[in-house]
Order: sequence, then structure tokens, then C-alpha cells
Amino acid sequence: MHRHQGRAVGYNWNWGIFWEQSPEGNGTYLDMLVQGLGTTLLTAALAWIIALVVGSAVGVLRTLPGRTAPLVASAWIELFRNMPLLVQLFLWYFVFPDLLPAPWAIWLKQLPNASFVTAVIGIGFFMSARVAVQVSSGIEALPLGQRAAATALGLTPAQTYRYVLLPMAFRIILPPLTSELLNTIKNTSVALTIGLAELTARARAVQEFSFQVFEAFTAATLAYLAINLIATLAARWLESRVTVPGYGKA
Amino acid sequence: MSNFDFEIIGRSLGYLFFEGMRFTLTLTFLAAIGGVILGTGLAIIRLSGGRVLSAVAAGYVNLVRALPLVLVIFWFYFLVPYLGQWLTGSSRPIHVGGFASALITFIVFEAAYFSEIMRAGIASIPRGQAAAGLALGLTPLQSMRYVILPQVFRIMLPVLLTQTIVLFQDTSLVYVLSITDFLGAASKIAQRDGRLVEMYSFAALVYFVVSFAASRGVQRLRARIAVPR
Repeated sequence: MHRHQGRAVGYNWNWGIFWEQSPEGNGTYLDMLVQGLGTTLLTAALAWIIALVVGSAVGVLRTLPGRTAPLVASAWIELFRNMPLLVQLFLWYFVFPDLLPAPWAIWLKQLPNASFVTAVIGIGFFMSARVAVQVSSGIEALPLGQRAAATALGLTPAQTYRYVLLPMAFRIILPPLTSELLNTIKNTSVALTIGLAELTARARAVQEFSFQVFEAFTAATLAYLAINLIATLAARWLESRVTVPGYGKA
Repeated sequence: MSNFDFEIIGRSLGYLFFEGMRFTLTLTFLAAIGGVILGTGLAIIRLSGGRVLSAVAAGYVNLVRALPLVLVIFWFYFLVPYLGQWLTGSSRPIHVGGFASALITFIVFEAAYFSEIMRAGIASIPRGQAAAGLALGLTPLQSMRYVILPQVFRIMLPVLLTQTIVLFQDTSLVYVLSITDFLGAASKIAQRDGRLVEMYSFAALVYFVVSFAASRGVQRLRARIAVPR
């Protein structure tokens, strides 16, 4: 039995913290978080473009006839799927410049926003492997007759993909692509390890300056939830817009 | 690139594997077990708990899955001392070591993902089986324990293991707490000796080999244990 030791040492809540000036001197703590949110969204958007473009190309390669193309595609997928994202970012940030000729390496290392560029490329390629898997399984889910019919109509292989296979495949994989987009947004937080001032990093900075850790993290959590909600609703709207009447919907 | 120093890797192998990789594998193993147990509980609550309970479980799973792991790691790093204070009735936040904090974080985080896997698994078992269990006089929990779950684990084992490989890679994020897991160990030597290229390349290679071999193993297992239907 312990005797009374006065008031227990607990946490001092202060929700007003967001409206106080941050020691960085260019706005409130809330401004810090909003800037972080902006960086998160911009990084994720650019990385997602890379992931979609590269992932679609690799996914198509995986479904081409012959041996070489699918092999190259599988190698790409395995390479980017079997290393943690954090390690891949370190490779891009610390190792990759050293593989280049010296002048390029120096130029790269002196880029003012090197961590932003690294994050976009690193996360984009990391996610491209996941997009590729979805794209190729979407194409494989189509009845074989579609490819045959396109060929019978006299379409070239490129036209077959462009006008017949891909439009249907992308519709099929829209739901899993949505969750990969959400993963891309969440994954931007890993880039705080290479100094990207995204949302989680800014919440950490608020905590370090003000000691109001739980207020800062609560704000970041709510922001991520809002992003999730908006992206999910947008995806649902897109799905209903592009549905082909009478097709699919198992 | 011309002066890639293999010797630094050779000299630090002991530290990398006996300190770093041991931490990584222990964390992966314990978090997978804890995550599957908690996740199975959540899945059962969601499917057969009362209205309120299943809404709470669903809310929890969706909340955790909406957040980046890095943020969750920070949340728990700061929250666990206060939770400990509250649980033990101590007068100040209790000190929690890096391993305990990381383990709690990963169990709680991965449980949300394992719960979705288990929920899909339980839903894939024909309803007649639960009914047959009840008809035999089993309680709902006994029917879950002796009839449903054994089949779910068998069907879902490859998916659970694949998620564990993801977990193995995710544990590298404890780097943000300066913990000496495998990547943390590599990073400490890299910074001490200014050998970032060597240490990060080697770490990447090791993660790749382990994950690649493990996922090949899972593929073989998937073919072997497929339940004939």
C-alpha cells in the first residue's frame, strides 16, 4: 500500500496548441501539419503516377506471349516486392548516387529537394510491382475469346491491349487498385526516414517542439482517416461511372 | 563504387545477425503469433458478436488499416508508458523497453490485417458446418474451435504466411525508434564507419534473399496443402 504522493504525474492536454505559433517562425502548429499534409498528398500523387505507368507496362509484359517478356516482368516484380520499402528508399538515397559517374552523383546529392525526388521514385517503383500484379491478373481474368476476337478483327497486338484488354482489365481491378492507392498514401510516411517533411514527420516535429504528442498524433490520425474516406468515396463514384452495363459484377 | 569494402561486411556479420537479425526474427515470430490470435478473436467478434461488439471490432480494424505503420509505431511508443501507468495504478508513466513497445505495436497493428484474412476464411466455410456442430450439441464457441477454425487455418495458412513475410519486412520500420533490428544494426555500422553503400546494399540483399525464399516456400506449400473440393 503506498501513501498519497500528491497528484499523479499525468499527461497535460492542450488542444489549443494548434493555434499557437511554432518556433519555426512561419506560422502556427496547425500550419505545420497542413504543409505536411500537402507534401504527403503531392508525393503520393506523383508516386502513384509512376506506379500506374510502370506497373501497367510491367503487368502487360507479364501477359505477352513468349518467354522473355514475362520473365523480365517477373524479375521486376520480385525485385521490388521482396525488399522493405525503407531499405529501397535507403538504396535510392544513399547507394544509387554512388553507382553513377561522379559529376552526376554530386548533382544528385546537391538537389535541394533530394528527399522528395527520392521518395517519389522509390515509392513509385515499390508500388509499381504491386500494380503490375493487379494489372496482369486483371488481364488474365478476361475470357480468352476476347484476345482471339480482337485478333480475328485484324487488330494488332498493341491495338488489342489498347482497345480490348486493358479497358476491361482496369475496370475489373479498380477495387484492388483503390487499396493500392491508399497504400501509396500511407507509404509516404516511410520517407520521413530520409528527411521528407510529410504529415507524420510534421506531427513528430510538433511533438518535439511542444511536447503535445497526443494532440499532434490525433490531428495526423484524423487527417489520414479523412484522406482514406475521400479516396474510397471517389473510387466508388469512379466505379459506378465506368461500369459496363451487363458485364461482370459477380 | 570502385572501393566497395567487402571486409567491413565480413567483420560485422556477427553483430548484424546475432544482434540485429535475432531481434528482427523474434519480433516477426512473436508479433505473427500474437497478431493471429488477436486477429482471430476480432474476426469471431465481427462475425458472431453482438451488434455493438462487432461494430467496435469493425471500427478498430478499419481505423488501424487506414493509418500508416510509422504513425502507429510513434503512437504506441508514446502511449504505452501512459497505458502502463493507468493499468498498474502507478503515479508516473512507466518505462517500457524498445522491444516490448515494438512487439505491442506490431501485434495490435497486424491483428487488423490478420483479422481480415481470418474473416474471409471463416466466411468461406459452408454455413452447414456450424449448424452441424450445433446439432451435435457443441456450443457456438466449441463449434468454432473444433469444427470451423481448424479448416480455416488450413485454407488460409498460405495467406497468413504471406502476411507474415510482409510483417518481416515491416519490422524494419522500428528503425524510426533507433532500435537495433537487422536494418538498425546495419545502419549503426554504416554511420559509424561511413560505409553506407556497403551496409545498405548488404542489408537489401539479405532482406531480398529471406523474403524471396520464404515466398517461394509459401507457393510450394499452397500447392501441397490445397484442400480438394
